[in-house]
Amino acid sequence: MTTAKEAPSVIPDFGDDDTDRKICFIASKGTLDMVYPSLVMANAALGEGIETHIFFTFWGMDIITKKHMEDLQFTWLGNTAMHPPGKKMHMPQGLAGLPFMTGMATKMMKKQIADLDVPEVPEFVQMIADAGGHLWACKMSVDMMGLTKDDMIDEVEDIISATDFIELSDGAQVIFT
Amino acid sequence: MAVTTIAGSEVQVDDEGFMTEYDEWNEEIAAALAANIGIELGDSHWQVIKFLREDYKEQGETPMLRRVSNVGGVSTKELFQLFPKKPAKKMSYIAGVPKPQGCV
Repeated sequence: MTTAKEAPSVIPDFGDDDTDRKICFIASKGTLDMVYPSLVMANAALGEGIETHIFFTFWGMDIITKKHMEDLQFTWLGNTAMHPPGKKMHMPQGLAGLPFMTGMATKMMKKQIADLDVPEVPEFVQMIADAGGHLWACKMSVDMMGLTKDDMIDEVEDIISATDFIELSDGAQVIFT
Repeated sequence: MAVTTIAGSEVQVDDEGFMTEYDEWNEEIAAALAANIGIELGDSHWQVIKFLREDYKEQGETPMLRRVSNVGGVSTKELFQLFPKKPAKKMSYIAGVPKPQGCV
């Protein structure tokens, strides 16, 4: 006679109480391909219940600046790894410098991102803020670019100095992108 | 893979305790799973859980948070309130569907 083997009920360990983990991303680039790494990882970290901050600096300021966030561009100029999806050939560097090529490359990349059901930058930043992510603007960049807090989306908590960021990231894993 | 009893029903679960058979799920089980992780199910929870189950059945994969928000109609903010800290994992655990596999 056999009886079904019954295991004790296992409850997943969602680790709620032991997340003192903290991650800070430094987003320093404003090209379309370079803004996604920090946004994707910050979003994933938030989904794991981790305290997450993004410090936007230099060209990364475009990600949170109302005037620019919808209009980030991609070029393969200077990126020798660029090849059409699935192809062995590399795109000639000189071609990237021709008129309208940046617009075309940007359009193509945006389509590929949309096909994966990944949001465009403004929606993505909003999602991260809604999920409890902390967004900070870099004081030096703000001064250099002549920006004020009104130029940025409301979700940016504050304009902070490098020293403020170092204090804020105490005990955190810091990732520069 | 093991068999366990939840809310009086025998169900198959994986090593972490997630159900592996879509059709073994019922609402009593969902309530018991939710209680396991300290969640009492209200109307908004049910809306999310029902969306997850329907969408999984149609699409063959568990929706990510963005889809639950855009298509399922429950905002990101609310999802983090309903299923604190790890909404994607918690809601799929309760809904008896696999953990979502995507990045965003």
